[in-house]
Amino acid sequence: MNRATVRGTKGEKKQKTVAKFLFLGAVAALYAIFFLVDPEGTTSAFFFALTVLTKLWPVLIFVFFLMFVVNLLVKPSWVRRHVGHDSGAKGVWVALVGGIISMGPIYIWYTMLRDFQKKGMRPALIAVFLYSRGVKIPLLPLMAFYFGITYTVVLTMYMLVFAVLSGLCTEWLVHGRKAA
Amino acid sequence: MVGQTQNNDRPGMAAAGRKTTAMFLGNVPNIIAIVFLSGLVVQFLPVGRLTAFLGGGLLADGLVGAAIGSVSTGNPLVSYILAGEFLEQGMGLVAITALLVCWVTVGSVQLPAEIQSFGPCFALVRNGLAFVSALAIAFLVLLTLQGMGVSMP
Repeated sequence: MNRATVRGTKGEKKQKTVAKFLFLGAVAALYAIFFLVDPEGTTSAFFFALTVLTKLWPVLIFVFFLMFVVNLLVKPSWVRRHVGHDSGAKGVWVALVGGIISMGPIYIWYTMLRDFQKKGMRPALIAVFLYSRGVKIPLLPLMAFYFGITYTVVLTMYMLVFAVLSGLCTEWLVHGRKAA
Repeated sequence: MVGQTQNNDRPGMAAAGRKTTAMFLGNVPNIIAIVFLSGLVVQFLPVGRLTAFLGGGLLADGLVGAAIGSVSTGNPLVSYILAGEFLEQGMGLVAITALLVCWVTVGSVQLPAEIQSFGPCFALVRNGLAFVSALAIAFLVLLTLQGMGVSMP
């Protein structure tokens, strides 16, 4: 590898590191601005976030373990076969069920889905997974308590249908145009 | 051998561990940023005030409900409690449904992280479609329940 290539790789690495911390830096700047305007409210927001973070770590450990298992056992050929471009209806079912049973906040799944995408996961199925996460099986009884069983069933059915529709539309709008 | 690539493209234990750690740590700044940003949103964006914009017809109310759901963050449980209160106060079913659906499908707070992961085009189109579909679902639920002759509790 020549010096220019090494320098280029180092530069890319540095850029990637900066990009990783850009969002966090922007949020830190927001906190600084809000603290100047309302110190008490900002402190309260800070401690609220800390409480959320402490509650989040068990799910993070679970996701880390799952990612490790995926990296260890799941080959790109498996991803392409089950959730790839030719996975058909089976791929849609896998994405729907995966989204419904996945737990924790949506953003902790981004890394794994991005890895799946690199291994050949269809973009439509990423969108289906992210949408179907809106259906929370453990919370359905509570929803039924507030809004009634019929409303809960009807809403859930429509959400599952629209998870598939919006997934396909997202892929068509983003990648269909690119292909064209 | 552990740590080296085995047959085909499946890595060994140590290699998988290194890859997972690198992937995971790469995402940690984003996770921390989203959690702290949600702290600011919860503290400084009292969604109850947005209901002042209600009363402009089904579509306008649906848009307000969807807007409240889109900018809100946190456990969906909170959205049920909030929407339940709004329903008691007389908020329409279209607005309630749009709020509930957008709460769990549109992620304004996590949008920067989604953009970093999947690109701006994918993230913006996906969230935009989720917003529009929430309105469509809200109207479809209303029509379905009316067709079935079901009234809300």
